[in-house]
Amino acid sequence: MNLKLKVWRQKNAKTPGKMVDYDAPGISPDMSFLEMLDVVNDGLIRKGDEPIAFDHDCREGICGSCSLHINGRPHGPLKGVTVCQLHMRSFKDGDTVVIEPWRAKAFPVIKDLVTDRSALDRIQQAGGFVTVGTGGVPDANAIPISKEIADQAFDAATCIQCGACVAACKNASAMLFVSAKISQLALLPQGQVERKTRVENMVAQMDEEGFGACSVTGACEAECPKGISISNIARMNREYYSAMATSEHVDLK
Amino acid sequence: MLLESKAPAGPLADKWKNHKFNLKLVNPANRRKYDIIVVGSGLAGSAAAATLGEMGYNVKCFCYQDSPRRAHSIAAQGGINAAKNYKNDGDSVYRLFYDTVKGGDYRAREANVHRLAEVSVNIIDQCVAQGVPFAREYGGFLDNRSFGGAQVSRTFYARGQTGQQLLLGAYSALNRQIAEGTVKMYPRHEMLDVVTIEGHAKGIVTRNMVTGEIESHAAHAVLLCTGGYGNVFYLSTNAQGCNVTAAWRAHKKGAYFGNPCFTQIHPTCIPVSGDHQSKLTLMSESLRNDGRVWVPKAVGDKRAPELIPEDERDYFLERKYPSFGNLVPRDVASRNAKEMCDAGKGVGASGLAVYLDFADSIQRLGESAVAERYGNLFDMYAQITGENPYKSPMRIYPAVHYTMGGLWVDYNLMTTIPGLYALGEANFSDHGANRLGASALMQGLADGYFVGPSTVSDYLATIGPGKVDSSHEAFAKAVNDVKERVKKLLSINGTKLVSEYHRELGHIMWDYCGMARNEAGLLKAKKMISDLRADFWKNVKVTGENEELNQSLEKAGRVADFLELGELMVDDALDRKESCGGHFREESQTEENEAKRDDENYCYVAAWEYKGDNQPETLHKEALNFEYVKLTQRSYK
Amino acid sequence: MSWFTKSFNSSIGKKLIMALTGLFLCSFLVIHLIGNLQLLKNDGGEAFNIYAKFMTHNPLIKTISYLLYASILGHAFYGLNLAFNNKKARPVDYYTTDNQSTWSSRNMAILGTMLLVFIAVHMADFWWRYHNDNTIPYKSYASEFGSPQVLKDLYGMVMFAFKTEWIVAFYVISMIAMAYHLLHGFQSGFQTLGLNHKKYTPLVKSFGFIFAIIIPAAFALIPIWVYLDLGNVFFN
Repeated sequence: MNLKLKVWRQKNAKTPGKMVDYDAPGISPDMSFLEMLDVVNDGLIRKGDEPIAFDHDCREGICGSCSLHINGRPHGPLKGVTVCQLHMRSFKDGDTVVIEPWRAKAFPVIKDLVTDRSALDRIQQAGGFVTVGTGGVPDANAIPISKEIADQAFDAATCIQCGACVAACKNASAMLFVSAKISQLALLPQGQVERKTRVENMVAQMDEEGFGACSVTGACEAECPKGISISNIARMNREYYSAMATSEHVDLK
Repeated sequence: MLLESKAPAGPLADKWKNHKFNLKLVNPANRRKYDIIVVGSGLAGSAAAATLGEMGYNVKCFCYQDSPRRAHSIAAQGGINAAKNYKNDGDSVYRLFYDTVKGGDYRAREANVHRLAEVSVNIIDQCVAQGVPFAREYGGFLDNRSFGGAQVSRTFYARGQTGQQLLLGAYSALNRQIAEGTVKMYPRHEMLDVVTIEGHAKGIVTRNMVTGEIESHAAHAVLLCTGGYGNVFYLSTNAQGCNVTAAWRAHKKGAYFGNPCFTQIHPTCIPVSGDHQSKLTLMSESLRNDGRVWVPKAVGDKRAPELIPEDERDYFLERKYPSFGNLVPRDVASRNAKEMCDAGKGVGASGLAVYLDFADSIQRLGESAVAERYGNLFDMYAQITGENPYKSPMRIYPAVHYTMGGLWVDYNLMTTIPGLYALGEANFSDHGANRLGASALMQGLADGYFVGPSTVSDYLATIGPGKVDSSHEAFAKAVNDVKERVKKLLSINGTKLVSEYHRELGHIMWDYCGMARNEAGLLKAKKMISDLRADFWKNVKVTGENEELNQSLEKAGRVADFLELGELMVDDALDRKESCGGHFREESQTEENEAKRDDENYCYVAAWEYKGDNQPETLHKEALNFEYVKLTQRSYK
Repeated sequence: MSWFTKSFNSSIGKKLIMALTGLFLCSFLVIHLIGNLQLLKNDGGEAFNIYAKFMTHNPLIKTISYLLYASILGHAFYGLNLAFNNKKARPVDYYTTDNQSTWSSRNMAILGTMLLVFIAVHMADFWWRYHNDNTIPYKSYASEFGSPQVLKDLYGMVMFAFKTEWIVAFYVISMIAMAYHLLHGFQSGFQTLGLNHKKYTPLVKSFGFIFAIIIPAAFALIPIWVYLDLGNVFFN
């Protein structure tokens, strides 16, 4: 099939970008979306043009690298899949496909469709861990965890840090991401000791990075390729209020 | 140079314990005087960087991805082995050791494997303490499942994304150290050379993938945790960015390469659908617990699977290997699938696939129980193929998945360059000629959390904390060499794309150095690769410039290294005239077409020494001595 | 007390204020509506004018009314502040979007601004004049015991105002805005407070939907009722 593409091209962070039109002829419906871009890029290189830069790595939906806003939606039209798992059979011959990078102040564009999502790393550095060194831990079965809690924690832990929630949110809010990380450890017994400082520090870092607030539109949940629920945001809020009211920290960041 | 494995003497079970006692230590107050570079942030890299940071060393950690959490360990699905014996089904450290040595077809070092089995139990404890959400039973205790090559249930898992959960655990430990300032993270940095001074590794040269800046970093020790080189086959289950560059540059600086031809072809991958294909997707081996592998008995039977009656199906693994059935080790399962397809019994449009059928399990357990176990894998399969695996059997075919070969390391995980270590898949050490399922995660974390940090300290204590002189001319020269190479790649401006070279190389490797190898084919491949490489340096087209994010330049550098590695793999496969594990030499098979080892002549690790551009490499042999395991022809019948 | 201001100025803290004030305003709507429905009584405004006096003179109600004013101002201030900051979080907009969220949830700030204008006009028209305009006539109502009650005739003012087309239209449009604002705001307030539960959230959502339709509809009924003189149509 033959497609028309409208792609955001931007040389680097300092140069303003623009939408550029490309033809994508002879596309097989069995190709993944990224393979379609590979074909387009091969054509560009042959002509001596710069290929379209985009982040991608595992191409099996788990590393969270790929991050394209396709026809107005993060990761494209299908629910529950990343771009790398989106196949061209989801498009029709003659379609025009609009491809943009994630848009957020906290995700500045590096080049074309590649953005800097290191803000998500920094939020986790602020407290997304259990303080436990290597060695000196109890036997794994010394910490029994009910299957129900383990499953809930797992549901939150499936987050692949792609940033689609931020891209989808009209406020470019990272609440779904942060709440998934906070929920995982808030649910598990291992996370209890640092429960209050964790939520305080991670939320403070999230705000510092310039993400917006939550308007409960639910767009994040609808676009999350791993189906993470906004009930995690409610849990994070509860954690935050409880820390606000009872933690002993008076010198907040 | 004489290859010294440094495997300690004494009883097997005490080797690691005694060795640890004999290793030199660095006083906690002195540790901050040492700088350590960790390249790669997968399980081995993140775990090592975090642990060394906790110990008090100054660590710099590099990865090519935008975040350490994206390293390809993330994609491991099935699980991680540990000799916990939580299932009370007769498992023990010794049994895990034994299974691993046997599974590796007796081409691994006994002492290393036993250490791996010992440490496996600590890994699970460590991960649980970090909050890794392993699967649990209703009583709240950890669940296990069985995996290929073992008759016990010792595999811990986290739905179909064990790798992601373990990596997030290691990544969280790494984050803690980054916040504490003991680890400085360098994402979007690619290592392009090792710097050696007087034979010792003293630093690396990197390219900042955003600005193109070529930088050098000095340290007292360098740990390469850079994964495997399966992408030499172009199509593999590896991530697009996985590459051999770090290991290969180290090899060219003097690190021997061990068993390069030992490649694992994983039996359960989604078949290739066309030329456009950029990667192959694995379906976890755990599927073989409940799925049955079959092909039609008749050659060329193209009926839909539902229309083929039970007695016209050949459940060939169950038929040939009644005691292990569908759970035979990966190399055996892969080779049998290939054999069926070569005989014309392959299914699907390409004829290069066999069925993996869940109908019996769905009938026995119910669709929801099957979905609970494998839901995400089934979804992924449906997404990629557009077929519903709950209704009709999956089509699977083997694909390159893991490389057992890698930089040669001694018992301390040190390469032949003092101060340069290789951890995880990047080294050759623990899996012999074939890796058992759920052992890669185990090895990465064992090396990263427990082995590397102990042995690196020993080296550091030996060399002392004197400052590494980053103004030494070796640094300037390495930086300059890298710059020249980049300039060369950008200046050729030929007509052929990097991806075309890569695809061609992949075809050569798959056809002649893949699941079955023979002398004539290998010799042909050697010539083809060397021609392709020569053409690459004359005719490759790389656009853009260095001083920007330039993905085609990145790819070009990686493919250039694969073009050199490919030839070494072929050399190694030529040298090893026996069949063992994943390495199947057609000249060496039993009457039943099973791999036939030749312990008399090939019971060694092949360690290759680089001798200069386009020069034949020198083979060094590390003899493998088996004191505990008796070498027998593997049988899974 | 820096922890206090910092906590309440975090993105979650601000939303806490929005949720608390928002849900408090919802409860006020119910009280206000019960009072306003007195306008529909065909009693010459007696019940309504008694209610108006009670609401402006009872000390407890007066205290609560200050809390109400503060809530309105707080809700508006934090709402606009959040909207402004949220806008800043995406400096470059998408070329195209295909939203997977409700229209109302994305336009709370616009709806809220409409309501703020409405409240200002509404209060200037009635509340301010009721308090400060000395030209408003008094009306006396016979009482069974002793002297007749003499009350400021707010009822008359309302009846007069709602005979003007544009005022009626303004009120009805504002109530439609309120419906949309509540449609998202009510259930969203619970979510923000952290009250999300598999069992109860569906109930909250259903109740919120009904609330968002019934309350504004009942408010909007009043100007229409007065304009069309439905009291006389139905009861005479």
